[in-house]
This record gives sequence, structure tokens and C-alpha cells, in this order.
Amino acid sequence: MIRFDKVTKTYPTQNRPALQNISLEIERGEFVFVIGSSGSGKSTFMRLILREERPSAGRVHVAGKDLAKLSNWKIPQLRRQIGTVFQDFRLLPNKTVEQNVAFALEVIGKSRPTIGKAVPEVLDLVGLGGKGGRFPNELSGGEQQRVAIARAFVNRPMVLIADEPTGNLDPETSVGIMKLLDRINRAGTTVVMVTHDQAIVNQMRKRVLELDSGSLVRDQSRGVYGYVR
Amino acid sequence: MRAQFVLSEIFIGLRRNLTMTVAVVVSAAVALGMLGVALLMLFQTSHMKDYWYNKVEVSVFMCTKDDATLHPATCANGQASQNQMNSLQADLTANQLVQQVFPESQADAYARYQQQSAGSTSGTSMAQYVTPDQIPASLRVKLKNPSTENIDAMISSYQGQQGVETVSDQRTILQPLFKLFNGLTVSATTVAVVMVGLALMLIVNTVRLSAFSRRRETGIMRLVGASNFYIRLPFLMEGAVAGLGGVAVATLGVASFKFFLIDRVLAPNFTFTSFIGWDKVLVTVLILIPVGLLMAVGASALSLRKYLKV
Repeated sequence: MIRFDKVTKTYPTQNRPALQNISLEIERGEFVFVIGSSGSGKSTFMRLILREERPSAGRVHVAGKDLAKLSNWKIPQLRRQIGTVFQDFRLLPNKTVEQNVAFALEVIGKSRPTIGKAVPEVLDLVGLGGKGGRFPNELSGGEQQRVAIARAFVNRPMVLIADEPTGNLDPETSVGIMKLLDRINRAGTTVVMVTHDQAIVNQMRKRVLELDSGSLVRDQSRGVYGYVR
Repeated sequence: MRAQFVLSEIFIGLRRNLTMTVAVVVSAAVALGMLGVALLMLFQTSHMKDYWYNKVEVSVFMCTKDDATLHPATCANGQASQNQMNSLQADLTANQLVQQVFPESQADAYARYQQQSAGSTSGTSMAQYVTPDQIPASLRVKLKNPSTENIDAMISSYQGQQGVETVSDQRTILQPLFKLFNGLTVSATTVAVVMVGLALMLIVNTVRLSAFSRRRETGIMRLVGASNFYIRLPFLMEGAVAGLGGVAVATLGVASFKFFLIDRVLAPNFTFTSFIGWDKVLVTVLILIPVGLLMAVGASALSLRKYLKV
């Protein structure tokens, strides 16, 4: 599903590469944690998958496509197959929950009947059935993140990328979000989650990729957050 | 493509930056209006530069039947005879100062007058009542050296000959009008160029503001895979709507220029020449529409390339 071949990314203004010679493969349906301290290259890793950046060297394949050969006007097609969730939710405050989720389908030109069917379905899935008419500021943080996940998942992407989705939430709410992501993963969607949350990583026992100063220092299936240093 | 969605986005965008939108419409209107006035003046100038204007310096007009009473000194016999005209032509051709003589019969002159008056509001009404025998035949004279002294010499030697109604210096009649129109063209064009620059900068900034205030929406659109066209369309349409608003206001300006200045002031005071009609105003507006759209959409696209990363 996602393959990195000796990928190096150096930003023009910096000498030290943000990612250095990374090779890895994430299979369809996997659940992967990406961990590492700030500046270790996690964000660059995500941006390369979304083709927001191009690698300085090496190849990135996503969903069977070589991103180096992907022309600019085909990038939107790639991103329709990748759902994205952020720490800060990024909901539109002047739209209701339903409208926020529908927005993702409207702007890719889906028909009204399709949207009318898909939005309530996905809201039920994330556990927000009946709250479609609320505005984001009337919801708790956990509920807002569920809306964001609904929006990312409503188009049934093959990959879901979550950038510290529990970073703004308390541990109890985080568990709810993790259960939701796990359920989405079990339905066949590949989930790549960047996190700093030790408890969650240790509890889930999924594959762990650890980045340190741009290098991949650990790739462990059923891993834990880290060793006490 | 969801038309309703795009339309609502456009109007949200225009309303959010209402003051900037008004500024864009006004500056585009002034720019396009000035451009329109310059175009009208160019049309008017070419309309007035009749068939002979660019070729000859002196015109010798022969008597018509009406001149027996109007100019009894030289036209006592009424209509000049063909013999008079022939001998005058021979005389002119032999003149040292003359390079070439073009005779124009009454029928030719009538045809040219009708053609020239077509499309002019002041001219059309008059042209209906004019008959061929009211229009003088003439000998159009090109001089070897068209200096003021030579022109004056020609006028004094042929004015007063039998069968000649009048001899006129072709250039000096229309010269004041040409000066006025050329002055208007130059100043209108200058203002238009400055205002087009101003309008472009305003549009670039308005779109930049609009893109900034909607960066949340465009960011999400980008992430969920909306096409570049779909993301940019509302901004481009915003520019197009503002540009068309400018064209609409400019049209009012050009129309009032034609109505108040040309029809009310110039036409009654300069009856010897004809003025452009409303058809030329229409042509001008039809030119302004694509120019306004291109200006607005082009500036928006340029601004989006810079400020809206997709």
C-alpha cells in the first residue's frame, strides 16, 4: 500500500536531511504507529505520502502509484484515496457536523443523493448519529475528532493518516478514538498514526516505526513505545 | 460540478470583502470607461477623416443650382457647366504649384456623403433631405509643396472665378476638431493605462485577501482531493463578477459621453461634419467586455498562483 525506497528529503534551507535513506513497506490493512521526538521527520514522512513534498532522492509508492511519475493534476485523485486526521481537528466552525462531513464529498463533485446517503452512515459509524445538526463548538473535543474522522473516512479511502489524533484529548477520550480507528482498520483500511502517546502504543501492540533525526531506527511488529533510557 | 455550491461560495467571497470588491469595481470601471472614450475618439477621428482628407490640401467647389442666390458674384448662372469645370481642371493641372487634380462629380460626392452620414445620428436626419444636385461637384487639388503660403496663393487665385462657389483649405476646417479628439484620445488612454494598473493591483490584493480568509476551506479541499480547478473556480469567478461590474459601470460612462458630449455639445456646434452613432458605442462596449473579463480573471489567476498553493 505504501512503499518507501531509499527515500531522502532535504529541505532547501537546511543542511541536515529531514529524512535519510528510509526504506519500508506498509501492507494493505496494516495498522502502523510512527513515533519519534519532535524534528525526527514524522511530519515529512506524512507529507511525502500525501505528495505535499517530493523526495530529494528515492521513490515513494502509494496505492500502487509511483508518486514521482504522478503529474500535478492527478494529485487530487491520489488524495481522494487517503483520509487525513489532525491533532487540531480542522473543522469548519460555521458549518454543522453534517455539513462538515458533506463538504468533503461536495468539493469532489459527488451527487446530492450519494452525499445524502453516505453522511448519516458514516456519522453512525463514528458514534455521532443524531448529532448531525450540531456545530463544532457545541461538541466535546472527542466528538469533534470523531467528526474529523468521519470526514476523512466518508469517501472510504484506502489509507487513513492520523497526525497525533489524540494529542489534544484526555486519556479516556483517547481510548474511544483508538477503538474507532481500530474498527476502521479492521474494516480493511490501512491506518498510519503518528503519536507521542506511550500508553496507547503499549496497549495496542501494533507495528511501530521509530524515527530519530531523520533515520528509521526501529521497525517492530507488535511493538511498544520505547525502552526506558 | 455543483453549480449552486460554487455560486454560494462566490457570493460569500464577494460579501466578505465588500469594500475591496467596491474598490475593484470602481477602478475597473474608470479604467474601462477611459479605454472606451479613447476608442470612441478613434472611431470619430477615422469617421471624420473622409476620403479626400489625407490626399489633398485644397478643394475647389463648383456652383450648384442653389448658389445663384447664395453666391451671385460667381454663380450668377446657377449650376456650373461641364465646360467651366473642364477648363478649370486644365488650368489647375497647368499650375506650377499643383501636383495632381482629382475631379469629383455631383453623383460621386452624393454617394460619398450618404456613406459618410450612415450611422451618425446628426447626419442621418440631414442626409434624408439632401439631393444630388445640392451637393457641389469639386476639383480636389494636391500641392507639390503644401505650405501655408502656397495654400493661400491657391485660394486667392481661384476664389472669385466664374462657376466657383468657394475654394477651401481642406486641412484647417477640421483641424480644431482633430486636435480636440486627439487630445481626448491621448489623455483618456493615459488615464486608462494608469487605472488598469491600479485595478490589476487591487484585484491581485482582493483575491489574496479572499484566499487568506478562506485558507481553512481551501486547505480541507486540498486534503480531501478537490481538483485544482474546483478550488480556484470560486476565486476566478469572484474576479469575473467584479470585472463585469466594472464593464457595466463603464458602459454607463461611455453612453453618457456619447449622449451628453457628442450629441448635446459637439454635434449642434460642428454641423459641417458628421459624428459617430450608437452602433460605435455598441462596438466599444463589445470590446470592453472581454477586456474587462480578461483583466479581472487574468489578475485573479496570477494572484492564485502566488497565494493559493494547491
